[in-house]
Amino acid sequence: MSFQPVKFYQTGTFTVGNRLLPDAERSVQANMRRTNSLNSGHRACQGCGEALGARYAIDAAMNATGNRLVAANATGCLEVFSTPYPETSWQIPWIHSLFGNTAAVATGIAAALKVKAKSDVRVIAQGGDGGTTDIGFGCLSGMFERNDDVLYICYDNEAYMNTGVQRSSATPPAARTATTMAVGSEPGNPFGQGKNLPAIALAHDIAYVATATVAELRDLEAKVTRAMEFRGARYIHIFVPCPLGWGHASHDTIRIARLAKETGLFPVFEAENGEIVSVSKIRHRLPVEEYLRPQKRFAHLFSPQPRAQVIAHLQAIADRNIRKYGLCEENAQ
Amino acid sequence: MLKQTEGSHAVAEAVALCRPEVICAYPISPQTHIVEALGEMVKSGELANCEFINVESEFAAMSVAIGASAAGARAYTATASQGLLFMAEAVFNASGLGLPIVMTVANRAIGAPINIWNDHSDTMSQRDCGWIQLFAEDNQEALDLHIQAFRLGEELSLPVMVCMDGFILTHAYERVDLPTASQVDAYLPPYLPRQILDPAEPVSIGAMVGPEAFMEVRYLAHAKQMQALGLIPGYAEEFRSVFGRDSGGLVRAYRAEDAETIVVALGSVLGTIKDTIDEMRDQGAKIGALGITCFRPWPLAAVRAALAGAKRVVVLEKSLAVGLGGIVSNNVRTALATQDTPVHTVIAGLGGRTITRDSLRKAFAQAFAGRLEPLSFLDLDHAAVDRVLAREREVRRSGPIAEALLRERGVPGARVG
Ligand SMILES: Cc1ncc(C[n+]2csc(CCOP(=O)(O)OP(=O)(O)O)c2C)c(N)n1
Ligand code: SF4
Ligand SMILES: [Mg+2]
Repeated sequence: MSFQPVKFYQTGTFTVGNRLLPDAERSVQANMRRTNSLNSGHRACQGCGEALGARYAIDAAMNATGNRLVAANATGCLEVFSTPYPETSWQIPWIHSLFGNTAAVATGIAAALKVKAKSDVRVIAQGGDGGTTDIGFGCLSGMFERNDDVLYICYDNEAYMNTGVQRSSATPPAARTATTMAVGSEPGNPFGQGKNLPAIALAHDIAYVATATVAELRDLEAKVTRAMEFRGARYIHIFVPCPLGWGHASHDTIRIARLAKETGLFPVFEAENGEIVSVSKIRHRLPVEEYLRPQKRFAHLFSPQPRAQVIAHLQAIADRNIRKYGLCEENAQ
Repeated sequence: MLKQTEGSHAVAEAVALCRPEVICAYPISPQTHIVEALGEMVKSGELANCEFINVESEFAAMSVAIGASAAGARAYTATASQGLLFMAEAVFNASGLGLPIVMTVANRAIGAPINIWNDHSDTMSQRDCGWIQLFAEDNQEALDLHIQAFRLGEELSLPVMVCMDGFILTHAYERVDLPTASQVDAYLPPYLPRQILDPAEPVSIGAMVGPEAFMEVRYLAHAKQMQALGLIPGYAEEFRSVFGRDSGGLVRAYRAEDAETIVVALGSVLGTIKDTIDEMRDQGAKIGALGITCFRPWPLAAVRAALAGAKRVVVLEKSLAVGLGGIVSNNVRTALATQDTPVHTVIAGLGGRTITRDSLRKAFAQAFAGRLEPLSFLDLDHAAVDRVLAREREVRRSGPIAEALLRERGVPGARVG
């Protein structure tokens, strides 16, 4: 195989969708014939990580399935900003039923496709972290457990954004939300709570579980593509910063997502048939402070006086992730 | 084919003959035998081309049915009581999306106190959910209504609930006439959805609708139910020509032509009511009955016409609008809005309390004598209730209500009748 070194213009990132690469190696997004499954013109905030994540994921899934895709969508920002009646941004068959039943709706679609002998049409369920880790958790666990032929994608922006930034079980410790206010002696979301849904998905022994961020487009696309090679229940958890809820600049969405990974706060990995098969290594390990500082939801950790202990606690969480998942080269065996 | 079988099995066989493609099952008494029987038929291959899904809740059952129906499959589920409430959000959603799912509700009381026996509180709580609600009088009708339900629901793209009394019908062994597959096929055409999730023609289903069109969407739901009022008698008629028996329709009168007193009711209690009427007729009382088969849409004109000649109406209902009284009777009053016929509400049979001919005869006789209250509770133990109320006045920590009553009454169920 011939090898052609490529020079990326955006050095230090994997985000480049690069049109300089040979066709086969280009990202789906770089392809002029991408499906634009979530088309432009929707009403997401500027810099919305969820809009970006959904666009990448669904286009990749369309590419992987020869455009034979149906999606069920939970109530939440993605649903609301994409389909204000009578407009829709979706270029794929798409259904929104309720907030907490998306995995079950997808099960129903998959069952219908099976009896109709249309197994080439694949099913995706998607929702926010609230719709996934909280209210839709029962249906999701049921879908996993029955091993229904559905890829569930969670767009994790770590709170209930659509209703105005309330805490979910995916909200990180210390974060300020509308229901974990930055007041009192322990401002923000308490430590010692929350759910790790990728780990819970793994515990269901399903065929494919992966995490990804919108900072690594090619990785995200590769995971969606890989997920489509399996049958049965699959889960991808995508880290999607929300400029409105997190209080960071719209142009910093990708940077924040990358910082979450580079600090070790959000481990990026892939598991097949119950075993972790790959981990995205941290390339430039950074202290959590770098990630926390640009976000207003963590502002109370820095002013009026710095809360070094809280920051240290968060650093300990990141360090534990790094050890647990072997996120740094020196930790790898 | 005539067969001596359990009501649940009869319904399962009818549903199977309708060639459902996705069935969701979640256990709750008294509905369990229906989905168990269907599950066995799917597993054994007797019911081919059907996915039987054991879901983790009723909320999931309805949600799976929603997905399946939107993807073009004929979808069926069954539930009762707590299960119906647990799926309530999805029940409204199914009708809002216009998905012709058919669901059996094996009518059962709602707790607390938890109670597995029959009344109509469950389906009555969902009366405004946008589903068509049909009530079966006996097992034959329960069986037949399912076949009509698929036909009606799919024609209008609306979901249909077939309500049958829990235990009284679901668990009763009776003779039923099971139709043949070719009869059902002749009556029920294959499902042609009005909307479908299909990559060849992508649509967005379930988009957000604001004030600019929401009223219209809701109006259309109402308009479709009004269309159902027009279609149901015709489908019942057609049913008779294919299957050779009367089943379904909007309402059914019994010895009501010259009746001065007409008793209105839904479901299996109509059997007891008819027997009571026969006895009272023998003694010269001008009494008849009106059975409501279709409760939603409310057959206003049919009810009005059927009750036009009555001097008084007694509505016997197995549900209670707490803080108001009757639910069915309020609907009946709407039909009689332009007349001053007195409408009496008799709440009966809550939580499976037996409704006896004796008690019915007394209540009807009171109505004849002009002594029946506008709202009464059949066979209510007034003394026990009064003692609990008195105790609550005296003792602050009077304890759990149900337990206090049970202590009063001794062995539960021992005093029925
Ligand atoms: C049963 C129910 N409860 C609450 C809501 C209100 N609700 C709608 S969207 C939403 C928040 C969604 O949060 P998430 O799932 O994290 O998605 P995001 O908007 O953050 O992308 C809530 C609470 C609802 N629609 N239905
Ligand atoms: S609130 Fe957040 S998730 Fe919602 S549209 Fe805006 S940026 Fe996206
Ligand atoms: Mg969220």
